[in-house]
Amino acid sequence: MSRLPDIVRRLLTLAALFGVSAAVWSAGPDLGQAEKQATNWTAISMFVIFVGVTLFITKWAAARTKSAADFYTAGGGVTGFQNGLAISGDYMSAASFLGISAAVMASGFDGLIYSIGFLVGWPVITFLMAERLRNLGKFTFADVAAFRFKQAPVRIFAASGTLVVVAFYLIAQMVGAGQLIKLLFGLDYWIAVVIVGALMMIYVLFGGMTATTWVQIIKACMLLGGATFMALSVLWHFGFSPEAMFAEAVKIKTDLALKEGKTAAAAATFGQAIMGPGNFVKDPISAISFGMALMFGTAGLPHILMRFFTVPSAKEARKSVMWATGWIGYFYLLTFIIGFGAIAFVLTNPEFLDAKGALRGGGNMAAIHLANAVGGNVFLGFISAVAFATILAVVAGLTLSGASAVSHDLYATVVKSGKADGASELRVSRMTTVALGILAVLLGIAFEKQNIAFMVSLAFAIAASANFPVLFMSVLWKDCTTRGAVIGGFLGLISSVVLTIVSPSVWEATLGYPKGSALFPYTSPALFSMTIAFVGIWLISILDRSERAAIDRGGFLAQQVRSETGIGSSSASGH
Amino acid sequence: MEIDLARRIASDPNYQELKAKRSRFGWWLTLAMMVVYYGFILLVAFDKEFLAQRMGAGVMTIGMPIGFGVIVFTIVITAIYVKRANREFDDLTAAVAKAVLK
Repeated sequence: MSRLPDIVRRLLTLAALFGVSAAVWSAGPDLGQAEKQATNWTAISMFVIFVGVTLFITKWAAARTKSAADFYTAGGGVTGFQNGLAISGDYMSAASFLGISAAVMASGFDGLIYSIGFLVGWPVITFLMAERLRNLGKFTFADVAAFRFKQAPVRIFAASGTLVVVAFYLIAQMVGAGQLIKLLFGLDYWIAVVIVGALMMIYVLFGGMTATTWVQIIKACMLLGGATFMALSVLWHFGFSPEAMFAEAVKIKTDLALKEGKTAAAAATFGQAIMGPGNFVKDPISAISFGMALMFGTAGLPHILMRFFTVPSAKEARKSVMWATGWIGYFYLLTFIIGFGAIAFVLTNPEFLDAKGALRGGGNMAAIHLANAVGGNVFLGFISAVAFATILAVVAGLTLSGASAVSHDLYATVVKSGKADGASELRVSRMTTVALGILAVLLGIAFEKQNIAFMVSLAFAIAASANFPVLFMSVLWKDCTTRGAVIGGFLGLISSVVLTIVSPSVWEATLGYPKGSALFPYTSPALFSMTIAFVGIWLISILDRSERAAIDRGGFLAQQVRSETGIGSSSASGH
Repeated sequence: MEIDLARRIASDPNYQELKAKRSRFGWWLTLAMMVVYYGFILLVAFDKEFLAQRMGAGVMTIGMPIGFGVIVFTIVITAIYVKRANREFDDLTAAVAKAVLK
């Protein structure tokens, strides 16, 4: 009977959402725990300037945000180039900037493998989804998924998929913001979380999609500009010779290993190891599964999908992904150079290291210290402000997509059966924005001490296993039915969450069960949960003999014609 | 869209050409991307030594150009699709629209 309290305790921990202890989600860098630093006034003033500019833009955007279409899609008047920058601003998170450069500094080539995974989803979106999404959709991806189906069930599914993905992604961003601010600005954790929540609410509430888009564009330009300067400074130091940069990094790693008392041969092997794959990919199943979560998850992230409705035509949608892929790919090349630069400039400089030789402020400070090394205190302030702005832009996009799922999918379509007027729909989305903002702040504070490293990976896995299969099958497969899409989609959603809970990174590392007791041995559930979703949609659809199924299949031709040509598609202007 | 209009567009030879060409091209490129990415991942999983092999006298390994190559490939393959779509697919779409909406 002594087991009982133990089980109760563990269940309570689970109910409190993925409890105590600090360990790593082996697949991904996160911002982790950070120590508070001295107040950095340069960084704070740079950030205040950024906030001032974005608030001014929000004021301008607010004057133009009158209809629901303005709020959700900036009136559909964003160009392909602008949208491409905004998508990259939405996608390049602080975790990928600080986390990937830190991963490269620590283990070299493995950081490259990780960043490649985040890039390869974009061509698939371009080839199969972007134009069709634009031609079929209006405000949310549920418009596309529910196009020929019975509205209420598909909308309820799509809103669930959206809100679950947004919640996990949002928690990761809020906790990241708090840790980062402690680190960069020397302010308290809760102050940072409240600032992020309040600013995000102001952007979305008053400026809607127009303000969010411009915050993302400005942030993307700042991040790309700053990272370019850092990478160029590093390359310039090595006479633009990658070989010289790699050789120096290998030498430094070898020397560090020698200092730790390794033999000359072992140290040389250790140094050279950063030039090839290490422990990132453990078993092939985990590798494929994690790769699928990243590749197809990108095509199921609601805040990214929503950006395709801000452009006026399929041609502009296509151009936006082209620009986004280019900028994001370029950014990952830069973070790789920055990571190697950090080995050369940061690991060798006692100013950036503590007594034990570890980075001051924690492992994720690699890019921040490098900014100091190549550009001095002013540039350090700039990069710190960029990192904070980055979180703000991502969080604003997430909140907007969560708010539209509630107001457009649940309120206007399900509750009001499509008869809501624009003004009341807009009111609901603003109320939801406030609710999501408060919720994000509370969750951010509640999760301060938690190990949340698995949450971004989980958000990608859910997006790949729930949103993507339903979207894909409803657009491309004639025989898909309402029942198939909804049941299959929920199976994907539930299986991806459950498999994540019983995987080692949550079951053992977070819930504290003994090593080896996890029921699901792999890093990511996507390979299995995506299979469950696709097979579920297929099987239930072909077995579906209901009256509704006949209507669903009969609607395919008209849907396909519109998805291919855009004839009859919503102009998104709403005026 | 009324079903009559949809049927009329669906029987337009330009529409059929657009649908067939774009879908074939899109699927082939998707397949190419998946072969390259999962090929890279399987190489990492099964043959780490190959990627860690040095190319010359220096520290440079075969893995570095391959890894950078995957990133460049991703950008280039997207550009190839967009270039053809901007030219050929948009012309076909315009022809379909002109035929039915006059």
